[in-house]
Amino acid sequence: MRRALPYLLSLPALLVCIGILIPFFTAVYYSLLRFRLNLPAMKGFIWFDNYINFLSDAAFWNTVKISLVYAGLTVGVELLLGLGIALLLQKPTRFNNIASILLLLPLMTAPALAALMWKLMTNPNFGILSYFVSLLGFHDFKWASDPSTALFTVTLVDVWVYTPFIMILLLAGLRSLPKAPFEAAALDGVPRSFVFFRITLPMLLPYIITASLFRLLDSIQQFDIVYSMTQGGPGDRLMVFQVQSYLEFFQYTNVGRSAALLIVLWAITYLLSNIFIKQWLKLRERAHGGA
Amino acid sequence: MDHTSTLEQVIRGVLITCVLVFFLFPIFWIVLMSFQTNETILRIPPSIVFEPTLSNYSALITGRLESAAGNLDIAFMKNLWNSFFLSASSVLIALVLGIPAAYAFARFRFRLGEDIAFTLLSFRFAPPLLVLLPLSLYFKQLGLTNTYIGLIWVYQLICLPLILWIVRGYFEDISPDIEHAYRISGNSWLKTFWKIAVPLAKPGIAAAGLLAFIFAWNNFVFALILASADKQPVTVGALAFVTASGIQYGQIAAAIVLSIAPTLALALYAQRYLVEGLSLGAVKG
Repeated sequence: MRRALPYLLSLPALLVCIGILIPFFTAVYYSLLRFRLNLPAMKGFIWFDNYINFLSDAAFWNTVKISLVYAGLTVGVELLLGLGIALLLQKPTRFNNIASILLLLPLMTAPALAALMWKLMTNPNFGILSYFVSLLGFHDFKWASDPSTALFTVTLVDVWVYTPFIMILLLAGLRSLPKAPFEAAALDGVPRSFVFFRITLPMLLPYIITASLFRLLDSIQQFDIVYSMTQGGPGDRLMVFQVQSYLEFFQYTNVGRSAALLIVLWAITYLLSNIFIKQWLKLRERAHGGA
Repeated sequence: MDHTSTLEQVIRGVLITCVLVFFLFPIFWIVLMSFQTNETILRIPPSIVFEPTLSNYSALITGRLESAAGNLDIAFMKNLWNSFFLSASSVLIALVLGIPAAYAFARFRFRLGEDIAFTLLSFRFAPPLLVLLPLSLYFKQLGLTNTYIGLIWVYQLICLPLILWIVRGYFEDISPDIEHAYRISGNSWLKTFWKIAVPLAKPGIAAAGLLAFIFAWNNFVFALILASADKQPVTVGALAFVTASGIQYGQIAAAIVLSIAPTLALALYAQRYLVEGLSLGAVKG
């Protein structure tokens, strides 16, 4: 009984693991099939043909490109903004603390609903943002429905929702840095820019890497915001991985191709997440060990 | 750095104000819209001066929208209830199942525990559709599509790993000595767990439960794929709501306000736990 106890207690967690792994391996299997829901007779094992077809498929490369651009752009902007805001709010005054709590609100808004909020604000008829840009002289600014500004608009929503995530991690990091090097630098009259680039930034780097990898992993598979805003459009302008595979599955009922797309995405996130988990465990060790 | 000049303080103040405006204005504006009729919403230039009306909220609550195009029945309150019911029951089940497992992971070093923890962590970052699309076909065969049971089951994929990781960290921080002492005086394992370990880890359990609730509530893609209109939570329901014809903009805004208010209120209430929970405990605040 004593020996069986830990296994008994972790049974539910084990079941969840199995509940994840079975669909996962099913997806791997589907990705090797010619499998269309509307043409069941055609179903058959075709090895890696779905993947091989990707190589010469412009839509696939468009998806890869858009997903990478989206992830790079959103995380880049969020990192710069998040770092800037964290530095602004670094001193633990009452005002700064209240501000940092209020900044959590976008992060706690469901991304799908945040997209709807921005859709209302960018509506060409009455959207407040459409009005603001018309004051600046852009009278026909179409936001998410224009191919040339769709990426910008969706990035704006992503930045609104997720910058607070990076900000809050970096703020926790900044406030946990040891005081001694900063006091020594202040005593010696070292210029502030030097302190920032030679002391603050290097010491904050593990936090920056953790936060960016975390966001990068989520952003490359963004679905909620893009789907709610434009469903991948206009045209295929925002056809990121998960939106593309969702449409492939439900609109074109091409299960094999949809699964193969998701496996490609999974491979990318798997590589990234291995780097991330190592980094994260290191940081966790330090946070626990240092205390 | 106490020698900050007045100029620097002014610049800081201006920058922080800009940041706050950017991040809070959308919420403020949608709340304002929710108290307006189409007439005042469509005014140009827009103005924050208007006669507030509760008609949008009352239309949502009664489920009858009266418009020029005729009357329209909508089930928004049903969506709101679905969100609440799905999130609350998923978190409750995840707590009952997850706390003992988290305890086992923290107290016993065993191979399976490490494997489970690692699998859950690595799938935290896998694309959700990878699991959901095959699952949708299985659910059809099992008759679980569009059932609360099926949805609560898949919501465990969000709630349980979160609870496991956060609560495990809390159990690890409690010294096992107290439990040993209690065991030695003749108490059973179960009693030790229930009377000593769980009360000590209470803040962690509360944090994990609140966060799991927020994440379950905010989830979109699970119910988009596995539920139809009558079982959908607000995140999915609101999307269909926007594209329905004859709906007034103020009503959409009111629906959004009602949908985000619970998580925002919880977040403000539980803010000191958020940092840790969000980072899976990577950064101890």
